[in-house]
Formats: sequence, structure tokens, C-alpha cells
Amino acid sequence: MSPDLRTTYLGMELANPLVVSASPLGRDIERLIRLQEAGAAAVVLPSLFEEQIDHESYQAHAVMEHGAESFAEALSYLPEMTSYNTGPEQYLKLVRRARRELTVPVIASLNGASPGGWTSYAERMVDAGASAIELNVYIVAADIDESAEQVEQRYLDIVESVRGVIEVPLAVKIGPFFSSMGNMARRIVEAGADGLVLFNRFYQPNIDLDDLEVVPDLVLSTQSELLLPLRWIAILHDRVEASLAASTGVHDGFDVIKLLLAGADVTMMASALLLHGPARMREAIDTLYTWLESNEYESVEQMKGSMSWQGAPNPSAFERANYMEQLTTFTLPRR
Amino acid sequence: MSTERPVVTVDGNEAAAHVAHRLSEVISIYPITPASPMGELADAWSANGSPNLWGVIPEVIEMQSEAGAAGTVHGAIQGGALTTTFTASQGLLLMLPNMFKIAGELSACVIHVAARTVATHALSIFGDHSDVMAARMTGFAMLASASVQEAQDMAAIAHVATLNSRIPFLHFFDGFRTSHEIAKIERLTDDDILEMVSAEAIAAHRDRALDPENPVVRGTAQNPDVFFQGREASNPYYDAVSGLVTKAMEQLAELTGRQYRVFDYVGDPDAERVLILMGSGVGAATEAVEKLAASGEKVGALIVRLYRPFDVAAFLDVLPASTTAIAVLDRTKEPGATGEPLLQDVVTALFDSGRVMPRVIGGRYGLSSKEFTPADVKAVLDELLVDEPKRRFTVGIDDDVSGLSLEVDRTFKAEPDGVLRAMFFGLGSDGTVGANKNTVKIIGEHTDRYAQGYFVYDSKKSGSTTVSHLRFADAPIESTYLVDDAAFVGCHNFGLLERMDVLGRAAPGATVLLNSPYAADQVWSHLPVEVQQQIIDKGLRLHVVDADSIAVAAGMGRRVNTVLQTCFFALSGILPAEEAIEAIKTAVRKTYGRRGEVVLRRNFEAIDGAVAGLAEVTIPAAVSGDRRMRPPVPVGAPIFVANVTAPIISGLGDLLPVSALPADGTFPTATSQYEKRSIAPEIPIWDPDICIDCARCALVCPHAAIRLKYVTEEELAGAPVSILSCATRGRDFPDHRLVIQVAPDDCTGCGVCVDVCPAKSKEQVKHKSINMEPIDEHLELERERFDFFLGLPEIDRREVAIGTLKGSQALRPLFEYSGACSGCGETPYVKLVSQMFGDRLVVANATGCSSIYGGNLPTTPWAVDDDGRGPAWSNSLFEDNAEFGLGLRLAADQRYKAARMALARLGGVLGDGLVDGLLGADQASEAGLFDQRTRVAAARERLEAEASPTAKEALPLLDALIRKSVWIMGGDGWAYDIGFGGLDHVLASGHDVNVLVLDTEVYSNTGGQASKATPRAAVAKFAASGKATGKKDLGMTAMAYGNVYVAQIAMGANMTQTVKAIDEAESYPGPSLVIAYSPCIAHGIEMSEMMTHQKEATSSGYWELYRFDPRMAASEEHPFKLDSRAPSTTFHDFAMKEARFSMLVRSDPERAEELMAAAQEDIDERRRFYEQLAGLERGLPGEEVRL
Repeated sequence: MSPDLRTTYLGMELANPLVVSASPLGRDIERLIRLQEAGAAAVVLPSLFEEQIDHESYQAHAVMEHGAESFAEALSYLPEMTSYNTGPEQYLKLVRRARRELTVPVIASLNGASPGGWTSYAERMVDAGASAIELNVYIVAADIDESAEQVEQRYLDIVESVRGVIEVPLAVKIGPFFSSMGNMARRIVEAGADGLVLFNRFYQPNIDLDDLEVVPDLVLSTQSELLLPLRWIAILHDRVEASLAASTGVHDGFDVIKLLLAGADVTMMASALLLHGPARMREAIDTLYTWLESNEYESVEQMKGSMSWQGAPNPSAFERANYMEQLTTFTLPRR
Repeated sequence: MSTERPVVTVDGNEAAAHVAHRLSEVISIYPITPASPMGELADAWSANGSPNLWGVIPEVIEMQSEAGAAGTVHGAIQGGALTTTFTASQGLLLMLPNMFKIAGELSACVIHVAARTVATHALSIFGDHSDVMAARMTGFAMLASASVQEAQDMAAIAHVATLNSRIPFLHFFDGFRTSHEIAKIERLTDDDILEMVSAEAIAAHRDRALDPENPVVRGTAQNPDVFFQGREASNPYYDAVSGLVTKAMEQLAELTGRQYRVFDYVGDPDAERVLILMGSGVGAATEAVEKLAASGEKVGALIVRLYRPFDVAAFLDVLPASTTAIAVLDRTKEPGATGEPLLQDVVTALFDSGRVMPRVIGGRYGLSSKEFTPADVKAVLDELLVDEPKRRFTVGIDDDVSGLSLEVDRTFKAEPDGVLRAMFFGLGSDGTVGANKNTVKIIGEHTDRYAQGYFVYDSKKSGSTTVSHLRFADAPIESTYLVDDAAFVGCHNFGLLERMDVLGRAAPGATVLLNSPYAADQVWSHLPVEVQQQIIDKGLRLHVVDADSIAVAAGMGRRVNTVLQTCFFALSGILPAEEAIEAIKTAVRKTYGRRGEVVLRRNFEAIDGAVAGLAEVTIPAAVSGDRRMRPPVPVGAPIFVANVTAPIISGLGDLLPVSALPADGTFPTATSQYEKRSIAPEIPIWDPDICIDCARCALVCPHAAIRLKYVTEEELAGAPVSILSCATRGRDFPDHRLVIQVAPDDCTGCGVCVDVCPAKSKEQVKHKSINMEPIDEHLELERERFDFFLGLPEIDRREVAIGTLKGSQALRPLFEYSGACSGCGETPYVKLVSQMFGDRLVVANATGCSSIYGGNLPTTPWAVDDDGRGPAWSNSLFEDNAEFGLGLRLAADQRYKAARMALARLGGVLGDGLVDGLLGADQASEAGLFDQRTRVAAARERLEAEASPTAKEALPLLDALIRKSVWIMGGDGWAYDIGFGGLDHVLASGHDVNVLVLDTEVYSNTGGQASKATPRAAVAKFAASGKATGKKDLGMTAMAYGNVYVAQIAMGANMTQTVKAIDEAESYPGPSLVIAYSPCIAHGIEMSEMMTHQKEATSSGYWELYRFDPRMAASEEHPFKLDSRAPSTTFHDFAMKEARFSMLVRSDPERAEELMAAAQEDIDERRRFYEQLAGLERGLPGEEVRL
């Protein structure tokens, strides 16, 4: 009997647990079509950045106004455009096009750091055809007067405000940097998330030694980064009432298998697809299939979470003991 | 008659352009102030797919000049299209040859003119009739509008009448006063216009098209036998015009109720004294005449609408039979004529009529938008009462030279009651004018009241001030002059109180709104005492609001406009409070809505926070504090500056008498140093400890406000302790110390110096050797330092390697503190040329930004050195600059030859040694120039001692023996478009001129219209959907000659190459062309980073750097040197940082992608081509022939 690859994510039945993660990949519809052909069961579109929209709108305005109405011969310096498209229109166009051209679920992604007018963008994404919304919240708590509680409350406020305006499922993508990651995950679910995406990747500042300037840096993920989501998915599986998606470090079929065993409902891939092309998607599905078949699993559902904190033979390994274990097995190289 | 017409609040340009666009198929234009907005609007409407009355979208095409536009108009008419154009001033003059043709061929078309002064002793962008009067002979009918409503109505009448009469029409209204006044008007509907226009006339127009199906020839050459008769054959058509115009006016009246006649009349029907005029002065005349007539004076005003053909019968028909005395006012000057044109027409008409000749006098008024008020009108009518009136007079000025001016009683007012008058003083950057335009629209379109807005801008492009004049009334507003006795005065910038007489036009008891950083209970002593006194004397009510803080809190930066607009509504009570706020928000939504939610959100936040911040100030009984208004120029300024320049700076130029002004337009240079504007909120402060002596800050400073000097220890001795200096680096100036100093009152705070400073602190990298810091913390100390700095000796030019970056910067700029935009990309090049060659520099400057910041009164940035030498500068026209510069070169050469001839005869007096020295001087180096000057001085001394006629004749020629550096400067609009033919000819001439093209890739001065220098994929006016074609390679066209030195430079990309290219160009003894990449605010960039943008332009291959030196060809080397490296980034990387490109990526991504791909191909292909060129050997063309 051939293994059943189906899984359920955010209440949606997917053909398999491989999803295209939010990344610049998704700006190109042709590429999404090829990924769908390669077996992707759903796609998350690249993020719409609230701050960017605000910034770009105001910049466009400032540029138009600079020097205007100041000098009799030149009351403006740039032509007034019919449309500036500084708002979410271009993004919504992408959502509409993806909905039209793809048969798999299309998840729109919204990125922001403060509650505000941007929740309306979520509504418009749904109107444009998004099957679900992935809310990517990442707050760098650089204000040292803001307490952990206040930061956490901001997360919850944002989740609630978006939850309040959409009917479709809501996934929340977060980073791992909470003192009590599990507790925070549960509170986010209580605030209205139907799923958690663990974890987001973001630009980190770097220092350019030639110009002595701080520059944004984003390197593609590596397989070793998989272990952080793996741990938390294992810990959270069946302990929060939400779907779990693994993101970051998913590079091949074996990664997918490990994450499913830990308890992920879906695994999301981006870096590997950027590096190896859409074929990587098909290879990963084939690897999963073959593994299930050769290990005599009936279905993805059957394996899902079998190695989670609750299901693993040595659950403490997911906790601090994991560190201890490594220490004790570590041996100094011979000189 | 329908009453369903929309009421709109528009300016005269929009009113006329709306009709023109609805009635045209081809619109061929060229930008010129103040007519540019008509073309821009027409282009925008067509770009948005707005069709004409027959469903066809008019084709709007921008040409290379008005001459080109007129040629296209002529062709389009001959092709049977409904055709129009818009122009003014010099532009109209360039159309004249075609206008004769168009009229001679009885071709229907309309030219809409925002009438503007023709440049004479000076250029002026403002309004009078000197341009349209120059077109009287063309055969065009001429129809005048006096108001914004009329600009629309007469536009329609002109289009209708031209089709019916076959006579082309020139429809004109006064530049700025009407073209830029915003007023509430009733808009003609499409049905109205369709009703008026004759389908048969259009069919007949089309039937006359040149068409091979029915071939004819036009434009034949005729001979003495028949030309004359043919010319007279058109007479019946002219005879019919007045009747056809009257018919169109009657049609309009039937539809709208607005009745015009070819001549109209207001005032007492039995008037004895009558004023005759046309244009916007009619408003003031009407008010004055009605007031005087109401008080029993037998006066009237005859308004000319159809000026050509002049219908004598219609004129006599409206002139009261009781008239005994007439004053004719002309808004133009015809020097040497028996009278100005309208006067002559009136006299001829009266004489021919056989009536008893009334007394007729004629005068000039309103040149270059000089104010014309009811008081002036009364003065003219009063003159008719005098026994011996001035037969020829002027009004509105004090002519103490010819004694022609009339005395005017300025206390006479004729404005009707019930008008709310308001004035607003703001900075260009704070958005005051934009908000006021919205206020006029709100009142005009939300209420039954009438509203008028007129806006006065100053002559600077940075830190400029604006004054808005607003009127609101229950009846239509005819006051076509500035507001006086304002019941409301808004001062939107606290600092303006020290610089301008803000309250001078406030009515007693007026409400004053002040944007103040000080609270109501603290502000009083911070006001200049003069202002306090005015408040007390006039019993003004003062309210303050800290609009800056409210705007900043709302994320609006310095744009305080909506905050203060809301406060105006609250204080004036012109609308109920809530209704006002809603109306302001609606207006904001309409104006900015397309730009994004956040723009609205922030504006709304500012509006909502405004009224809570308002507070009334309790006015003390007496003045206090020691703040005083700033004097316009420092004590000790030269006499001319103190007596003439200072009043102009203070806004009192109107009061200067004729005798104060030079009769030939010649002004002293070096005057910008006296106009201390202190406009920068932050200025650069030098930290000598980490300075690496690279001189970049001084090189890039657009305003010469960062200075450096290399001085010896001895020269620094005795300096105040506060003077900063550091050791020099490198081999250039050993044994010297470097002093870098900011001119704190002249800096505009652009920050370009900080952007390029490469020296960063080891402890805190953000701290550079030069840093922007708040001016308040540094002003006093930096003033002291700058004063001392100015007294430090200048370096001896002979010690300096001028063609190097540091060498050039060791020299004093002789172009300083211009009124250019903060962060201007052009001025660093201009300043550099002034440093390198300033003491022997002659500049021909094309009209445009550089002629405005170079030569717009009150002051000029062109300066002199300690010996009184410096650039001699002149602006001729826009289109002729290369030729003008060539003329300067030829004259210098001829004077040089004449001097040599004279010297040859003076060997006895001067001694053969001196003569040989003077004639054989090698002036290639600064040392050679110095020696020649010494010889010239010696020769002068000896010749002055010698009384012979030969010696006297030679004296004025001596200076010609010093080598001159002739530079022809201008923008891309000149070099690539309107002046290209001349530039090409001058480059081909072989003469030793240096051409500097300040290439902003767009018409900057008139507000960003596309030129042939505009690159592919950029948006600009007339290319709002992205320019589809590539930029012209001007350098290559010049290189084709083979004997022209050509360089393309970008200071921010390679400063050394820039200096070197300019040095090589100057030293090359033939024509040189230097094309300088000049960022502009029309690029949509942060100007403080304009040098970085230049670097990226070059690293992406967008702007290649090269030098083509024919001298290398002569020495059989490769003459073309490609100075920029192979591109390391893409066009996309560069373009996305500039709004001119990135706007299109957002607004039309598909088109942007296509255009940007093509632009990248342009770059790739050009690079490939240039790299091949760099490997080519090339000789000089033909034999070297002496010119």
C-alpha cells in the first residue's frame, strides 16, 4: 500500500506537507507555478511590510512636495502620477494572480511590528483571494524601557486585531527569542492564531569593514538551523491547539521527515529552492515517500509527532538534558 | 440657460487650457514661465486618456523650442488638425515667423499666451504686454482676458471665432496676475462648447488640409507683380472678425448669462473722463471707476477685449458721446514711439471718426507685474482734470529722471465692503501655499462665497519665503492686486518676523496667527520690538500655536501647513468648526489621497491636534525685550548695496525711484556676501583633529559656504584662540596649516559636505571630521571665526597646482552664496570654474537655473578677489547662449589684436623690452599671467603719464592683453534642445571657447519637463509614463568633429577627473565641451546624498566618465580616455534609489520593467562602444588651419 502524504494545516487539507515559504521566490508567479508542478502543496507569498508601505507612501509624498510651491517658475518638479501604487495594491495584485493561476492554497503574508491601520491590509488580502493569512511579527525590543511583558502584549494585540477582521485561518510566524517560548506560543494561540510558524528569519545587521557602515545582511539558511524549530515543534506538538509549521533550515526530504516526526504539520522551504531550484521540491517529496514506504508507515498523519516531546523515547533530550548529553559525549581531539 | 454648470476653483492657466484641450487635436508646446502649466495640464489630461469634445485624445508634443512648436503647429494646421499651443514672452517671439505664415494662409488656430515681459535690460518672468504687442503685425487676431473666468470664456470665444473667421487668434491674459491667480469660476460644459462651435467650420478647416487626394500647393514664392495684391486679398476676412467674435460672445451670453462685447464699458454712461485699457488691470479700474462714479464723478473705463482687428465702429459705439478726456493705459513700452500701441490705435480711431477730438493722454503702467491698484487708476483719471496734464506719463513708479510719473494717493481704496482679506507668510518648504490653495478651493467650492488666491514667491530657490494673498467675499472679486488692510495675518515661521514686515499690511484690529515655539505667556519678549510696537499700535489680536511640534508629532516633519490652515479656519470662523475640519480633510484627501493612506493619516492627525494648541496672547501695554528686526545688509556695505540692494532685500524695491536703477541693466558683482540669510537649521562644524586634508568638503559645497585656506604659522599668529587649524598632509602645502571654516549665515544646511567627508573618528564612527550641528549652538562663535577667516591672506595663485583637487580648493571661490536650491548639483561645478579661472573669466550664461541663481536680483553670487578681479557675467537668452559666448570670444580676440596693433606703435613710449614682453607673453601658467599683469600695470603707468592721442587710444585696450577664459554655461534644456543648433555651430567654429553643460537631465528651472537629456525610463513632465527614448549622446556628436575637446564628468564619482577635465578643457586652444552630471531635486533624491548618487550613477555605467583630447590625437596617442571603470552594479540598483525612476516601477511596473531593461541595454551597448573607442587611434581632421 502506498503511503498517504496528505496533511492538514490551518484546517486545510494539503496533498503533502511541503509548502513554499514566504520569500522573494514568491514574487515570480511563473516560479510558483513550477513549484506547484514540482509538488508544493501550498504557497506562502512574500511578506507585505507594513512599515515599508508607510515609508514608501510618505517618501513618495515628500519627494513630490520637495521644492514645490516655493519658486514662481517651478511650482513642482515631478509629474503628478495617476497612481502612485504606494499602498498594498501591487501586493494584492500578486495575491489575485496567484489565486487565479494556482490550484493549491495561497497564503498571504503580512509583516509588521505595531498594531495600527495595517490590519486592514489583512482584510484586503482575503478579499483578493488568500486562503489564509500568515502574520509575521518580529519586534526588536531595542527600547530598553519597554519590558518583556509590554513586548509580549504587543504581539498579542497585533494577533487579536488581525484575528478580529478576518474569517480565514490565521497563522502567526514568530522568532524564538522569548524567555518562555512555549508559554508565549500558547498565549498567541489563545489570542486567535490557528497555527504557529516556527521560526522567522530576518535581516541581521552586519558591519562593512571597508566603509565602516552597518549594513543589513541576510544569508540563506543552512541545515544546521533546522534544529531550533525541531526542538520547539517537538515541545509544542499536541500541547497547543494550533497547527505547527516548521520554517528555517528545511533543505531536503530528510529534514522534512525529522520535522514531521517532531510534530510539524507542514514544513516550509525557501533557501533550498533558491539554491537548487524547483526540482528540490520534488526530490524532497520523493525522499519522504520512499522513507515512509521503506519504513512501512501508512501515512504522514501516522508519523506526525511520533518523536515529539510527548512521543519520543527520551523527551528530556529536547530539554536541558540535551546539552548535558552533548557535553558528556564530547571528547577532545587528539593532539 | 442652464444653471447646472460646475463651479470650480482654478487658476487662469487651467481655465484656458481646459477649453483648449477640449477643442484641439494637436497641441505642440514648449515650456516657458508663466505659460508652462497650460502645456503640462494638457499633457497630463491626454496622458490620463481624457479626450477632446469629439472623443479623440489630443496629441500633446513637447518640442525643442517655441520655434519648433510653432512649426509643428503650422504643419498640423496645414494637415487639417484642430491645433493650439501655449506660450509667453521670448517664446512668442520665437513663434513670430510662423505666425506671419499661419495668418497669411488664413489658418484657424489659437495661441494662448500668459503675457509676460520680454527681456530687455533684464529678464523678467512677470506679466505685461510687451510680448503680445510684438506680435501685432503677424496678422493674428488678438483677444484679451482680464480675469480667470474670462481666461476660460475668451479661450472658447477665440477657438470658435478662429474657425468661423479663418483668422488665427492670439488669446492672452496677464502672466501671473491672471495665469496664476486662483479664483472661483463657472466652468463651461462640453455641451456649451459644442453648442458654440460650428461643425461646418470644422469641416471646412479639414477640407483645406493638404491631401494628395485633392492636391494643392501653399507657401509659394511670389514676385513684385502679384505679392502685394495677394496680401490685400485677405482683407474681407479681417473685416468679418469683429462680427464673428461678437456672435460667439452672444452665443456664450445666451448659454451662461455672461455678456461680453469686443469693447466693454463700465462707469457713468455720461462720463467725461474715460480710461482705456485691457488685461488684468481692468479689475482695479472697474473698482475705482465704480466708486468714483458712485460719488458723482463723471468717469468711466473702456475695456478692450478684441484688440486686433481693431473695430473702430464698435469702439466708438461704446465710448460715451459725452467724453471730453481720455487716458489710454499701455502695459508695455515702445521706446521712441509717439505713444504706446493702444494709445496710437485710440488716437487714430478717434481722428478717423470725425468726432470733436477729446483730450487724449497715454501712459505706461504695470510693467513686469508692477502693482496696479484703484489708487493708480484714480491718479490717472485725476490727471485728466489738470489744465496741463502729462501727455505721456507713467503710473505706479517714482520717475525722478524723466519726471513722467504721476503722484498717487495711496490712501485711496476702492475695494467693496464685505471682503475678508487674509495674508500668510511662510517658507516654501512648509507647504503654506499648497494649503492656501486648498483653502481657496474649500471656500470656493463648499460655500456660495467667492474666493481668490494669489501667491508671491521670492527669488531664491533655497530657504525661499512665500506670501499668500487671499480674499473671500459674497460677490465676485475684481481686486486684481495684492491684499492690503488684511483682517487676518498668518505668520507660519517665527524667524520671518525678524526678516520681513509681516504686519505692515495688517488692518487695525486684525487677527494674527503666529507659529511660535514659545507659549502664549512667554512669546511677547521674543518678538522683535518693532513687531511688538505694530501689535500695540494697530490693536492686533495675537494667537500662537506651536505648529512645528504638532507637525513633528504627526510625522509630518516641517510641513506645518495643515496645522496652521486648521487654526486659520478656527480663528476666522469662516466656516463652522466641524464643517471646516471635515472640509480640510476632504481637501487633503483630494490633493494627496493618491499618494497613500499614511499621508492622509499623518495630515489628519496634524489637523486634529491643531486647535487644541491654539492660545491667545495677552498684549502688554508696552514693548519689552531687546530683539530687533535684522538689518537687510550689514553696516558698512558699499553705497549701492546699502541704497539699492538693501531696500530690494527688505521687500521695499517698489519704493526705489527710477534714478536708483542702472539704465542699462549693469550691476556690481560680489553682492551676495551682504545678503545674510541664515536659513540653515543645522550647519557643518569642523573637527580638525581627525581631518585628513582632502579638501572634498570645500569642493562639493554648492554654496561656497565651506571655505578652506592654507596659511603659515606666522599668518595664524595673533588669531583668536578659538580659531581652529590642523597640520596639512601630502606634498601640496608643506609648512602650512589648514583652516576650514563654515560661513554660518550663508550655509543652507544641505549636508553634502558631511556626506563626502571620508574622515571618521576611531572612537565613534558616526562622528566625521565635519558634522551637522544645530546652528543655535554655534552661530555666534562661527560668525567670529568666519570674520577672522576672511581676513586671513589668500594663497598666491602661482604656488598652486590649479588642475588638482587640493590646488583648486586652495583658491578663493568667486561664485559664492547663490540662491540655488540647497544641495544643488550644478553650483559646485560653477564654483570650481570660478576658483580656477575666476580672475580672468568671462561667462555667457544660458537662461535657466544657472542664470537665475547667478543673476536674479537682489544680489549676485559672482564675486571678486582682493584685487577687485572676478568673473564678468551676462545672460543673453535661452536659445542663443553658445553664439553669445562666441561673440564674447571674438570680441576678446579682436580687442587683443587691436591692442597688439596699438602696442606696435608705442615702442618709443613703453620701451621695446616691455612691448616685446607684452606681445610675446606666455600666459599658459599662473606665473605667466602674473607677469603679464605686472607688465600691463607698468604699461598703464607709462601711458597715463603720456598725453599723446596714441597713448590714450591704447589705454582701454591694455587689459585685452591678459588672456581671457571664455566659458559658455547652461543647462541641458539649452545644450540638448533649444540651443543645440547654435552650440553645434560654435563647436564647429574652432574658436577657443569652453562650454560647461550642467546636465540635470531635465528642464529644472521651469519645473522638471523632459529634455533630450532625459534618460530612458525616467518620469518627467511630458514623459509622465516614463521616457521611451534614450538620452542623446551629446559628447559623441561633438567628438565627431575631431578637434573639439570633450569630457564627461561627475564630481561625486571622480573629483580628480572633474578638476582635470575642466583644467584640460580650459587649456585646450580650441572649442571644449564639458558635460557635468548635476543631480537636481527633480531626480527625487535626498539632496544631501547627491554626490553619492553621482558615484552610483558611474559605478552602474549610467554615467560614464571620459575625456577626448584632440591634443592626444596630434601626438598620435589614443585621444579618447574612458575614465570610469567597467560597471560594478546594475542600472536597476542605481535607478531604484531615485524617485524619477522608482515612481514608475510602482505606478506602472510592466512598463517600467520594459523601459529599465532597455535602459540597461543602452548602458551595456554604450560601454561596449566606448571601450572600443578607447582603443582607437585618431588624427586631427585635415590640416591644422589657422582661424
